[in-house]
Amino acid sequence: MYTQALNTAETGDHGLEDAGKAAQFQARIDAEERIEPNDWMPAAYRKTLTRQISQHAHSEIVGMLPEGNWITRAPTLRRKAALLAKVQDECGHGLYLYAAAETLGTSREELVDAMLAGKAKYSSIFNYPTLTWADIGTIGWLVDGAAIMNQIPLCRCSYGPYARAMIRVCKEESFHQRQGYEIMLTLCRGSDEQKAMAQDALNRWWWPVLMMFGPPDATSQHSDTSTRWKIKRFSNDELRQKFVDATVPQAQYLGLTIPDPGMTQDADGHWRYSEIDWTEFKQVLAGNGPCNRDRMAARRKAHDEGAWVREAAAAYAAKRAQRQTAQAAE
Amino acid sequence: MPSANIQVSETPLVLYALRRADDALVLGHRLSEWCGHAPMLEEDMALSNIALDLIGQARELYSYAAKAEGKDNDEDKLAYLRDVRQYRNLLLVEQPNGDFAQTLVRQFFYSAFADLYWRAMMASRDTTLAAIAAKSEKESAYHLRHASEWIIRLGDGTDESHARAQAAIDHLWAFTGEMFEVDEGERGLIHAGVAVDPASLRGRWLTTLSDIASEATLELPQNGWMQQGGRVGRHSEHLGHLLSELQSMQRTFPGQTW
Repeated sequence: MYTQALNTAETGDHGLEDAGKAAQFQARIDAEERIEPNDWMPAAYRKTLTRQISQHAHSEIVGMLPEGNWITRAPTLRRKAALLAKVQDECGHGLYLYAAAETLGTSREELVDAMLAGKAKYSSIFNYPTLTWADIGTIGWLVDGAAIMNQIPLCRCSYGPYARAMIRVCKEESFHQRQGYEIMLTLCRGSDEQKAMAQDALNRWWWPVLMMFGPPDATSQHSDTSTRWKIKRFSNDELRQKFVDATVPQAQYLGLTIPDPGMTQDADGHWRYSEIDWTEFKQVLAGNGPCNRDRMAARRKAHDEGAWVREAAAAYAAKRAQRQTAQAAE
Repeated sequence: MPSANIQVSETPLVLYALRRADDALVLGHRLSEWCGHAPMLEEDMALSNIALDLIGQARELYSYAAKAEGKDNDEDKLAYLRDVRQYRNLLLVEQPNGDFAQTLVRQFFYSAFADLYWRAMMASRDTTLAAIAAKSEKESAYHLRHASEWIIRLGDGTDESHARAQAAIDHLWAFTGEMFEVDEGERGLIHAGVAVDPASLRGRWLTTLSDIASEATLELPQNGWMQQGGRVGRHSEHLGHLLSELQSMQRTFPGQTW
């Protein structure tokens, strides 16, 4: 999972770098070549990608928490296994992305420390609570659906390791999305109580999901550089509109109502949504979402309580290496 | 008013499958509690993986129990609509996760047994159980390797990890005896070549434990008093809480399709 909202580029230090190399670099990007870890790259490109990929990784890991909240309560054994496998996939995405970020020269430990210290962002959508089983369906359907909209273009990102990671991640996310939609379909074909549960979840998640694409283009900063570097290929509003157009018919098929009474379809077939409450977005981003504190506390607790285990593993590995060296010397 | 719990006709074969299914589900559930909270991402992955294997085993065994019973029960009814007194799992697997050492020692004790047990069960005259055993044995072998490696790392890691691992062994040891007990019904299945006698595996189980413990510089307790009761539904206080969470949806919204 990932949000476009985190797609902001560093700018500023090109003047300090070799103009010739920078021109060559840009020419490669313009020719749709992939930049690889050992290639020369502007410091700002490295910094932008390190931030974006690591924040994407943090999002996958924090994203395990709201869904993990239902693993122990999934309503059937099949759903339990599917949800556990899904959350495990998110963890795999996180690991894979940390590895991609490490190719740019920052260690996973440093990246994780920055997140735990509150210095690095993760997707705001995970600061909302999962209250009912329908939230699990809705997250798969909408949150993963929004993530896919954003990640498909990232499969063509100019940085090779990130682009390749995205290809694999997208395959799994689209499976998750179908799984989520299938949960919703089952609820909507079920009892009145189940259908109400589905509608309630849609009501709560709809607007936060639209916010996942980031601020409107008019106010979005830095996207020019990211676009020039072919990290970002579509604007926030373009992707948001694509998502809404794809999702409205899906909601109709479920028999659910999008909680936007002002929504209309224009002559070109686009579904025009009402104004988004950006005050809420800013508040959640600033740490005031319903679960910001809980999410950070859970990640810090896992990290702190796991410290002795990681220390033990390191101590054992060191002892073993020492014994092997001693044996070899005999 | 009809009971919210299903009734199960526990013939020896049904009971046999239920006991193993309950072991797998309860342990899988416990491991799944770690997901998102493990000491490192690699262990979030590994513990979830093991949980998935166990939940998969549980599903096959429940389905077989339902088939052997021949009524209208199915895997979900058996998992979600029996109360604590109807659950037949070992006391060992329902013990709380505790710290990482306790989780891994619990896994080590169980997997060292399950690996031997399922391998022996591949020769069962019951072809369904033999097939379940063949799949479970492969999984258990990996679970045992994973747990053994951690026991060694923790035991021979730092003073703190050593102390925690030793405390977990001392705490959980009393729950291991139950794995080797059988009742009369199961004795019949053993004579018929359907089940294997777990007592015959105890020597090899102990050898595995001793080898790993010795490499880990940990000590196994001298055989003391062993707790029993899980197989007949006399559980620790922990299981009721686990079930109240596991079953909450089916209990709150009875009879719905999910």
